[in-house]
Amino acid sequence: MSLCDLSAGTLWRKLQSGEVTAVAATTDYLNAITQFDGQVAAFLHVDRDTALAQATNLDAKRSRGEPVGLMAGLPVAIKDVLCIKGEPTTCGSKMLQNFRPPYDAHVIEKLRAADAVLLGHTNMDEFAMGSSSENSAYQVTHNPWDLSRTPGGSSSGSAAAVAARMAPVSLGSDTGGSIRQPAGLCGIVGMKPTYGRVSRYGLIAYASSLDQVGPFSTDVTAAAALLEAIAGHDPRDSTSVNQPVPSYTSTLDQPLQGLKIGVAKEFFAEGLDAEIEQAVRTAIDVYRGLGADVREVSLPHSKYSIATYYLIAPSEASSNLSRYDGVHYGHRTESATSLNEMYAASRGEAFGPEVKRRIMLGTYALSSGYYDQYYVKALRVRRLIREDFDKAFADVDIIAGPVTPTAAFKIGEKSDNPLGMYLADVYTISANLAGIPGISVPCGFTPAGLPIGLQLLAAPFQEERLLRAARMYERETDWVTRKPALA
Amino acid sequence: MVSDGANNTMAFPRETVLKVASLARLQLTPEEVDLFATQLGATLDYVARLDELDVSNVEPMVHAIELTNVLRDDVLVPSLPRHDAVANAPKTDGKYFLVPAILES
Amino acid sequence: MHYQPIIGLEVHVQLQTQTKIFCGCSTAFNPDQPNVQTCPVCLGLPGALPVLNGTALRLAIKTAMALNCQIAKFTKWDRKQYFYPDLPKGYQISQYDLPFSFDGQVELITNAETGESRPIRIIRAHLEEDAGKNVHDETGRGRDSMVDLNRAGTPLVEIVSHPDLRSAAEARQMLEELHALLTYLEVSDCNMQEGSLRCDANVNLHITKDDGTVVATPIVEIKNLNSFRFTEQAVEYEIARQWKAFQETGKTIKDAPKSTRGFDPDRGVTTIMREKEEAADYRYFPDPDLVPVTVTDEQLAAIRSEMCEAPAVMRKRFQSEYQLSAYDASVIIDQGRLLAEYFEATAKLCGDGKQAANWVTQDVLRVMKERKETIANFPLRPEVLGSLIARVTQKQLTIKSAREVFADLLTAEEDQTPAPSMAQIDEIVAAKGLAIVQDDGAMETAIAAVIDKNPKAVADFQAGKQAAVGALIGQVMKQLKGADAQAVREKILTKLSGG
Repeated sequence: MSLCDLSAGTLWRKLQSGEVTAVAATTDYLNAITQFDGQVAAFLHVDRDTALAQATNLDAKRSRGEPVGLMAGLPVAIKDVLCIKGEPTTCGSKMLQNFRPPYDAHVIEKLRAADAVLLGHTNMDEFAMGSSSENSAYQVTHNPWDLSRTPGGSSSGSAAAVAARMAPVSLGSDTGGSIRQPAGLCGIVGMKPTYGRVSRYGLIAYASSLDQVGPFSTDVTAAAALLEAIAGHDPRDSTSVNQPVPSYTSTLDQPLQGLKIGVAKEFFAEGLDAEIEQAVRTAIDVYRGLGADVREVSLPHSKYSIATYYLIAPSEASSNLSRYDGVHYGHRTESATSLNEMYAASRGEAFGPEVKRRIMLGTYALSSGYYDQYYVKALRVRRLIREDFDKAFADVDIIAGPVTPTAAFKIGEKSDNPLGMYLADVYTISANLAGIPGISVPCGFTPAGLPIGLQLLAAPFQEERLLRAARMYERETDWVTRKPALA
Repeated sequence: MVSDGANNTMAFPRETVLKVASLARLQLTPEEVDLFATQLGATLDYVARLDELDVSNVEPMVHAIELTNVLRDDVLVPSLPRHDAVANAPKTDGKYFLVPAILES
Repeated sequence: MHYQPIIGLEVHVQLQTQTKIFCGCSTAFNPDQPNVQTCPVCLGLPGALPVLNGTALRLAIKTAMALNCQIAKFTKWDRKQYFYPDLPKGYQISQYDLPFSFDGQVELITNAETGESRPIRIIRAHLEEDAGKNVHDETGRGRDSMVDLNRAGTPLVEIVSHPDLRSAAEARQMLEELHALLTYLEVSDCNMQEGSLRCDANVNLHITKDDGTVVATPIVEIKNLNSFRFTEQAVEYEIARQWKAFQETGKTIKDAPKSTRGFDPDRGVTTIMREKEEAADYRYFPDPDLVPVTVTDEQLAAIRSEMCEAPAVMRKRFQSEYQLSAYDASVIIDQGRLLAEYFEATAKLCGDGKQAANWVTQDVLRVMKERKETIANFPLRPEVLGSLIARVTQKQLTIKSAREVFADLLTAEEDQTPAPSMAQIDEIVAAKGLAIVQDDGAMETAIAAVIDKNPKAVADFQAGKQAAVGALIGQVMKQLKGADAQAVREKILTKLSGG
């Protein structure tokens, strides 16, 4: 039996106890990558030697009787948006094809300190813009449950790698749903922490006020462990919040007493597939069965969240991506002779269509004469969206609902319709605008066998509550034990 | 911006696309210009729903979590060796980043 | 028809922090070693994030207080977006609509002799990051420009004045005044060669036509002036150029937009950089990577308590407290805070401000200049110089002798390590017999002896050669070095003409 057959949490506990070595776990996962990634295309870069060396060092450390870190040799796949010192870090873009950062992202430092084994970088939509991996400059990642379908995105590779059991856990980033949506479409656990809970230092920015790093896992336990390893204050990120990190793993199995669950009526409106709605309502009934008090809440401004997001995120992105000008790093055109030609041609050649579209939209929204009408207006609506949540969380502990309106769609199905693609983010985007944490937990399958996700949201810094609530549900169901059948 | 009365779709004129592309230093193919004129028009049409709301008395929310006064001490931290600083440069002489001549005046 | 120049300045001041405004790299001036003071943050690498240097903020607030500005209780950071190779992120972190300070004023001395002054209003002062440096190919062969990011991220305060200045000389004085103020406060070294203080000047003319109507010429911004002299020359040239252009073309502010010119110091002319202000659309928006800053009254009071006396205040006080002329007070104060403090300590110790001012502005400055020394390294400490001057004012030493002692102390200093002391003054005075001889008996004896030994000189004098007395005085003085030459002369004359 391969160690890949264990759930991530089980493997993690066996690594912690020393029952399994890091080299054994890493070897099995590297073999799984060799076996399956030809079909799934989750990884952009796997550094086998480095991974095995990390595992060997960790095992040696343990055999010397030294204490080992929280991750205890658990292999982790990393979205290509996080800088790893000296390793290719492309952000899914041709622009950064040859870029090797001279530094580690804060979360990578934390993972190294916690004795994780880094498997490599995973595919993503270019600069984290997209919901399907089709915007990657390198490859399209396939959903392990149905290879003709998308795993979602933008953290496509990190989700597909875990779903295909090519990694027990992985890191993604979530700006409008880029962790929760692919987790939902791939039938795994994916969590976006509170904005500021995890440092963004070394996370290549898409939209700075919305981006947050978070874990994917086959189960809630290892997701909690991975979050515990990466969370915490970082003085190099001004937006990192200085609050202690609870030990999520030590309280995880304690059920929440008197849990109050809110069901936002706006999340069950027009556009939600019936099979998704049914699975989510059934999941909410599981909580009822556990004694939770389920009541309706309202998020009246949530219908404005996509419009708000698609002004704020492109505005910030248009600015964040100005640094890719072919001067200090990144792609430079061969053709230009003047400086301005060089800028325009380098950027025109190396950015894909979706990135260009969002740069255009954001540049326009910030430009003279439109700034107040678009950008500032969106910032004002953003506050209303946040206030909706504040009111709801005065009444309930958790808001439960769907992650996506449909299950995984066919690769190519929406690629000509950017706005249609944007609308698929309808349930995830408001958490980013409000800064609150959210988790996607597997809650069933469509009749066609595609995974369905349950989204749980909580008030800022209530990750512990969120994880415990997710774990309560996980214990009552067996969805996380289902694996895609890859040959 | 002009509004097309029939279906209320905002047109995003090619000239505007070109002007914005120039501001963003983004070279576009003629096909991209046409495509973006249509797609950005549709997106702006969609976001116009925000006009339903009167938010004149709502404070803009720039940050997801609103902190203030995050300061660092004025203490030196080692810089990168020059080799690392210019290692990713598309063109360098090992000391400077090199760019096509900047024409003064 | 006559014209009135209207001038406003935008002054950039680098703050003297150890590290850059948003990262821990050094701010040291280091053009010979390009790109050694950089890190992911100031290189603008993907994923790097800025964190504000608290000292930069404190120095900026001090600067604004010295400019008598209002300090905002809430301030934030905005991105100013444009593409340039010395700007690695494609935007400069600056302040747009909520600068940390605004509405100030500086007293500009308009007449050095009388000390007459006029307020120049400050619109705002904001904090921002400096860009790196582009080094251009000067050969004209179109070779690559070179980019050095050592300077990128150095904290800068931009001070924007109202167009309250009325001549090139005033523009220069304003810059000098800011230089004095900011170096006094130790917020900046204001080293203009190194670019720590530089300015842009906005210039146009208000022309009163013969019919009494007033028109304005198009506004010109002269960029990047990096010395007092160039600032004055550039504005002077620009005033003349605009006057001539107006007479030739009659173009007013309504006919042409603001344009940008550079100053060529070799030719002494301004040349056009950008004909039309290309629809500059900087797309300012709040930087989501940085959080706002709030300050309390208590914090402001604490910063205010660290402030030293402003030079303008000190100038007035020196005039009233030490009876200095406006001119002398300015000479001392313009040399910087350390020299002013040196003067004041000396003046207090010798009890005579005017004498102290004479010594400091003449002897001390001359020696500093000869030795290329700063006052901090000047070997005579105020207590020694004060003691020396006190001996003059108390008529123990003549000025001439005191100068001799002063020179000897400095010469002696060259081959010894301890700084010259008051004891050394006594030694030199004793060794050379410089003490003023108050003892009439000693003088009488010496005069009698000299007259006896010089019958020829006595005869010459008595034959009408007045000059002959000089030789006699000289010989007496040689014996009695501390004697008052005037008294010796009088006594000899009395003796020879009948006494």
